[in-house]
Amino acid sequence: MATPAREFLQESVHASHLDDAVDEVFRLMMGAPCVPVDESAAEGKETITAVIGLAGTMSGACTLCCGLETALRMAECMVGTRPLELDGMVKDAIGEVCNMVAGAWKGKHAMLAAGCMLSTPAVVTGTNYQLHMQQQEFRIDRTYRFEEHSLSISIICESIR
Amino acid sequence: MSEIAALIVDDSSVMRKIVERALRQAGLPLSKVHEASSGVEALDVLRSERVQLILTDINMPMMDGLEFLRQLREQALAPEVPVVMITTESSEEHVKQAILAGAQGYIRKPFTAEQVKDRVLPLLELS
Repeated sequence: MATPAREFLQESVHASHLDDAVDEVFRLMMGAPCVPVDESAAEGKETITAVIGLAGTMSGACTLCCGLETALRMAECMVGTRPLELDGMVKDAIGEVCNMVAGAWKGKHAMLAAGCMLSTPAVVTGTNYQLHMQQQEFRIDRTYRFEEHSLSISIICESIR
Repeated sequence: MSEIAALIVDDSSVMRKIVERALRQAGLPLSKVHEASSGVEALDVLRSERVQLILTDINMPMMDGLEFLRQLREQALAPEVPVVMITTESSEEHVKQAILAGAQGYIRKPFTAEQVKDRVLPLLELS
């Protein structure tokens, strides 16, 4: 039998909640809209992925994945100066964007807002890798366009209490 | 308003920069901005520096923002200084916990400079 939390989440697994959260974060922190697009994120040579763990009412993760140029531009918009390379500041910026998206997304669900905790960000860099989780209750995968850049954001739910 | 020194506590150096920029955009006469990446570091700063405003994140490694607030009050390091939480955690429960721990203001990330101004200025006028 479905728990109230599961019923609630299943009803509200609408990508629009994630789209709204993403757009809010980009508009307020980077001064630019970020809109969903019906395509895969363009793949570059290097990929940067920020991961925020979710624990409590819902266990899982929020991930933000983008190429080098997108990451540099996002960091530039946040701090006001163009980074020259993928340094600690850029990873920090991408981790914070993922953190704010996860927070804004869970804030749209009353049950998650209070009962779901966020981890501090982890950032992974490399090429051609995939993130796997043992089991999935549901997942939301969305691709977004920010200026001429693309990025993908996923919410992966392992379990709901 | 006379010049003030502020302490910004966040494990993200990018967020510390953004908060400082928002304070300056809000027109606060900042004489000095101290930074700390955890509650532990923030307590260290307050043992040697005087500040008139503290802004702190909640989710941080080593010592989170709520524990930092409790320690701050227990150790009476900055008893009259207003503390504003700046965090992604925005539920009523989190706000309640922050207020119980001694915070006077609460700003949810993401935020605008205008929101920082609206929350911070009244606290400085009162203190």
